[in-house]
Amino acid sequence: MNLLALLKRELALAWGRGGGPLLACAFYLAMAALVPLASSPSPERLAAFAPGSAWLALALASLLSLERLFERDFEDGALDLLVLSPAPLELVCAVKCLAQWLAAGAPLALMAPFISIALGADPRLAPLILAVSLIGGLGFAFTGGLGAALALGARRGGVLIAAIVLPLFAAPVIFGGGAIEAFSAGLGWTSGLTLLAAYSLAAVALCPFAMAGACRNALS
Amino acid sequence: MIAALTIEALALARGGRVLFEGLNLGLSAGEAVALAGPNGSGKTSLLRAIAGFLRPAAGSVGFSGADGTLDPEEARGRGLHLVGHQDGLKPGRTAIEELTFQAVWTGGTRDSALDALQAMELGGAAGLEVRMLSAGQRRRLALARLIASPRPLWLLDEPMAPLDAARRIRFGEVMAAHLKSGGLILAAVHDDLPVPARRAEIPA
Repeated sequence: MNLLALLKRELALAWGRGGGPLLACAFYLAMAALVPLASSPSPERLAAFAPGSAWLALALASLLSLERLFERDFEDGALDLLVLSPAPLELVCAVKCLAQWLAAGAPLALMAPFISIALGADPRLAPLILAVSLIGGLGFAFTGGLGAALALGARRGGVLIAAIVLPLFAAPVIFGGGAIEAFSAGLGWTSGLTLLAAYSLAAVALCPFAMAGACRNALS
Repeated sequence: MIAALTIEALALARGGRVLFEGLNLGLSAGEAVALAGPNGSGKTSLLRAIAGFLRPAAGSVGFSGADGTLDPEEARGRGLHLVGHQDGLKPGRTAIEELTFQAVWTGGTRDSALDALQAMELGGAAGLEVRMLSAGQRRRLALARLIASPRPLWLLDEPMAPLDAARRIRFGEVMAAHLKSGGLILAAVHDDLPVPARRAEIPA
């Protein structure tokens, strides 16, 4: 009941003023539009790395709204209130990341197949790209939350978050990209997807403990 | 639930500097304590240490209920309110949205939030975004949480600073009602509390 109220509030805050998710989606679209300009507009060459570029751009776009995840609640004192509740702080952090995934990760994931196809990817890849983006996005939201919690109280937290989180994105980017690459080459792609799912589940299971520790440290 | 607060030989340090040492303070049901001390003496830090945010350098903070000692984590999670300088209200959400969330999160209900809004004379501001509220209205909205979700121990940090004279008297009535029903109040103040309160000085 309480945690549901928190989830609703987090979603309302994410969708409220400032339009965080829309901003991330616009950023994603703009990055994708730059890919053919930066490399080659020829359809054959573009098609070869279209899914990979779409996947990488998604990973970067999911960094965008992380700064607000804990920072705002920390600055205005709402984090105090969130701690002073019967719910464990670990669960509070997990709910915040879940809301981040629902509000920002899911819209980005829905865009990913369209962006890949627009860049020239094989339309048969669309379902796999959607699955990879949804599953990977969950991992991005939780590892991103870890970076956001660790950067609490730092000036220019956004850059710090990117510096903390991007190295942690290496594994899921490889697994997801590998699955898409294998599928388009007609090879077995399930192992890549399974590893990606394993990474995301591990992030969901472990990151809340680290986030709660980082929040307690920032508040003390 | 919390019926007494016991602070024994407490010492707090911030950034390597000792704020105070050897603080002993007891608070029992129905009692209010006005915490006095000059700026920087550690009043806010003491309140945050009681709420569990700061770890004491020495000494202890204990909570006990009617049937003996309480688990501190449990007591803090269910039994205390901390209203400080930062009110935790989001500027872009309406007063009633914010109060309802704060009430539900700390154990109240939607209805109790509405009642609290009336009690703090904020009925007319319910639909306004928090950024439209004056400093006094914001503080009353933050204080409304105390009424909206009943918890025995109130830790208040300069609760009445932005309130006008009439609203101070009104909040005094709210505090008196809380004490009458067995509540505990520890407030850091520079002026007097509008209820009978014991004074406690922070040791220098």
